[in-house]
Amino acid sequence: MIGQSPLRTFIAHAVLILGILIVAFPIYYTFVASTHTLQTILRPPLPLLPGGQLWNNYSEALFGGIGRIGGVSVGQLLLNTTIMALGVAVGKICISILSAYAIVFFRFPLRMTFFWLIFITLMLPVEVRILPTYKVMVDLGMIDTYAGLIIPLIASATATLLFRQFFMTIPGELVEAARVDGAGPWRFFFDILLPLSRTNIAALFVILFIYGWTQYLWPLLVTNSNDMNTIVIALRKMVSFADADTEWHLVMVTAMLAIVPPILVVVLMQRWFVRGLVESEK
Amino acid sequence: MATVDLRDVKKVYPSGVEAVKGVSIAIPDKELCVLVGPSGCGKSTLLRMIAGLETISAGTVAIDGKVVNAIGPTERDIAMVFQNYALYPHMKVYDNMAYGLRNRGTPKDEIDSRVRSTAKVLELSALLDRRPRELSGGQRQRVAMGRAIVRNPKIFLFDEPLSNLDAKLRGQMRVEIKNLQRTLGVTSVYVTHDQLEAMTLADILVVMNAGLVEQTGAPLDVYEKPASTFVASFIGAPPMNLLALTGSSSGPMLADGTAIGFAAPETQAVTLGFRPEDADVTFNAEALPGALVLPATVEAVEPVGAESFLHCAAAGSRIIVRVSGRATAKPGDQLRVVAKAERLHWFDQAGKRVD
Amino acid sequence: MAPQLAITLVFFYWPAGQALYQSMLRQDPFGLRTRFVWFANFRKVLADPAYLNSIQVTVVFSLATAIVAMVVALLLAVMAEKAVRGKGLYRTLLIWPYAVAPAIAGMLWLFLFNPSIGSLAYLLRSLGIAWDPLLNGTHAMILLVSAAAWKQISYNFLFFVAGLQAVPKTLIEAAAMDGAGETKRFWTIVFPLLAPTTFFLLVVNTVYALFDTFGIVHAVTGGGPGKATETLVYKVYNDGFVNLILGDSAAQSVILMAIVIALTAIQFRYVERKVHYG
Repeated sequence: MIGQSPLRTFIAHAVLILGILIVAFPIYYTFVASTHTLQTILRPPLPLLPGGQLWNNYSEALFGGIGRIGGVSVGQLLLNTTIMALGVAVGKICISILSAYAIVFFRFPLRMTFFWLIFITLMLPVEVRILPTYKVMVDLGMIDTYAGLIIPLIASATATLLFRQFFMTIPGELVEAARVDGAGPWRFFFDILLPLSRTNIAALFVILFIYGWTQYLWPLLVTNSNDMNTIVIALRKMVSFADADTEWHLVMVTAMLAIVPPILVVVLMQRWFVRGLVESEK
Repeated sequence: MATVDLRDVKKVYPSGVEAVKGVSIAIPDKELCVLVGPSGCGKSTLLRMIAGLETISAGTVAIDGKVVNAIGPTERDIAMVFQNYALYPHMKVYDNMAYGLRNRGTPKDEIDSRVRSTAKVLELSALLDRRPRELSGGQRQRVAMGRAIVRNPKIFLFDEPLSNLDAKLRGQMRVEIKNLQRTLGVTSVYVTHDQLEAMTLADILVVMNAGLVEQTGAPLDVYEKPASTFVASFIGAPPMNLLALTGSSSGPMLADGTAIGFAAPETQAVTLGFRPEDADVTFNAEALPGALVLPATVEAVEPVGAESFLHCAAAGSRIIVRVSGRATAKPGDQLRVVAKAERLHWFDQAGKRVD
Repeated sequence: MAPQLAITLVFFYWPAGQALYQSMLRQDPFGLRTRFVWFANFRKVLADPAYLNSIQVTVVFSLATAIVAMVVALLLAVMAEKAVRGKGLYRTLLIWPYAVAPAIAGMLWLFLFNPSIGSLAYLLRSLGIAWDPLLNGTHAMILLVSAAAWKQISYNFLFFVAGLQAVPKTLIEAAAMDGAGETKRFWTIVFPLLAPTTFFLLVVNTVYALFDTFGIVHAVTGGGPGKATETLVYKVYNDGFVNLILGDSAAQSVILMAIVIALTAIQFRYVERKVHYG
């Protein structure tokens, strides 16, 4: 490392702290807002420090408040969102790891055709094909079901590709050693491949959990009934800037509830997450 | 315990490439057979066909007299040591060694006693709780061996197991493998491209080239009577000196016109060879009947310690002569290289030995 | 393998085929008859000033978002490389927004900047700026770009940090011995070596701005005021689900697919090239 002057180091820290302020401010301010009374929020500017309503707002919101404005209990919203995020993450990982396993380790006719069929889906996010996919959902009667929320989002190739790349780095000798050791295809998958993929699975889990949690367009379309809303959708329905009746202090609590779980996942699983992100995209 | 019989074995890949073009080898019980040859000669493919990792395009592989062409690697009761060891990175040494036994449903306490006794033999007892990445190259090599031994298979297969070790360790492990194989008495097939390894380890040496067997035999027999120019130049370091001959009315001549002074054993001989240690140099000009005498210029001297190698230009090509101890010759010296007639090797147009 | 194929076929190829088919149909105003019209829908869509406007909006929005997010992230990443101490802490503090849903990001920013109760809007007004994103199209666009870029900073930051770490230290030391000052070292050595990362992020950010920001647009402006912030994806949604002009919407979907495929193709060609250069 080349030495650098203390002044430059100081500037570096200053810029970083400024960056953190910009990055963290909207979230922090949401938290601040969630601890003030409605009256304080409606009369800008809002103080920079948390107010004394933390307990009141949160208990009001959690025990009926959100249900009153949103029409659904907050528990139901969080449950829906969690089911969706977990469903997308787990579902995607399961089917991708199996597909990648088949593509990499087995030779069967049309193997490459199947690979390309899956590969092309990589290019088309759900946003691009909303209308036709929606029609299919209606035809299959999957509107307002968890399956409808989750399954269409599972069909994407990113995770399959990641696992494929990883599997291809596994030396052929290891596969052969397992064969000589008497491990059949399933044994090999569970004894060798799965344990070796642990890091990749963890990383993907974080990324996909976030992906599932933050979905917007799809749940908006597939759920008509309020009972099936995710918390993000519910929040959107609560907010109305034209409407003076919006109970901002409760909305802010809801916002915090929608933000905190995924942030916790990202921060707590940071190591996996960063690795997975940088590796999966490159 | 087990014999291995290869009969006219061929391997043709779907791309049409013929990797092994018909090989027959018979390995008696308890013997160690080394397949040696340059890369791409088909030796690894052959080994993998014995292992059951490659399908056999034609011919038969028999273990203990039973043809195993259609049997998978698990049922052949073989164990294999791979070039890169292929240890399971997420398993401890113990589990690496136990894995094959577990898959075969061996009782737990028997696995334990076998793993521990094998570990003792290989001096791995202290390492059983480590993972492969915490081991040195030599230790990994031992674990790979242990994984093979613990299974107590009919046959050991080694695929260049020492090529990732440094020279000193390689020498040590070579001796160890030989001793283990002899003590355990397990029939083994060993693939290497290192002729020194092949010479020192083999009971039966099989020299391969371009998908075919060039020569099979005891190592020293192969060394002393190479069946072809290929074997002559592949086995032995430095390799045998080979000189082209042209026929003339007065007997064979070297390419540059030097008469060799005596008759070749066969008139079709077109190549003459002698090993570096079968020649000597002299500064005198006396006549030496019954020997090949080549005027030569020393180009370089390589002192190795106990011996020295003189690289000389003679008869239009480069030859190497081994002299023991310090060499008195210096680069630029003019001298004569002398090889006794009975130590000469002769080869015909196709490169085959003629006697 | 089979499950993924099944899902892919049902939820991907079938809809994509439908979209293609739909895009060539036209329904009469009462929805009684459907005619096959070949490419008429495409012609109509591409001639529609509203669609052209939407393309322009999308281009401006995507580029602005990508550039803002990348510049800020690069600056922070370079600084984080310099700050030897506290690097991990800074990283932890900077990756939060990745976990925030785009729609929520939009709502948070709107909360800060909406003219009636937004604290920062209040600040702007007290500085004499007539700030009103609900009526002024430019302001609305600025707000959208800020929210979208804000959410994307974390992602870019992580990639730039990884990219910076991949620059061999010996190169920088060699440059220092060749007499290049710190700033010069950055622009002549580090930045060119970051080019692969930068290019990659440019594509990713553009795709992000094209699609993932639907939530932001929907939550913050609803495409308004007027059609000042109606992006392509938003228009597909609006025409298809709100106005129920299925043929047009399908044609737009197909055009979008073409755009994404083109972008991805560029990216993969590029990735392939990167592989060749090691």
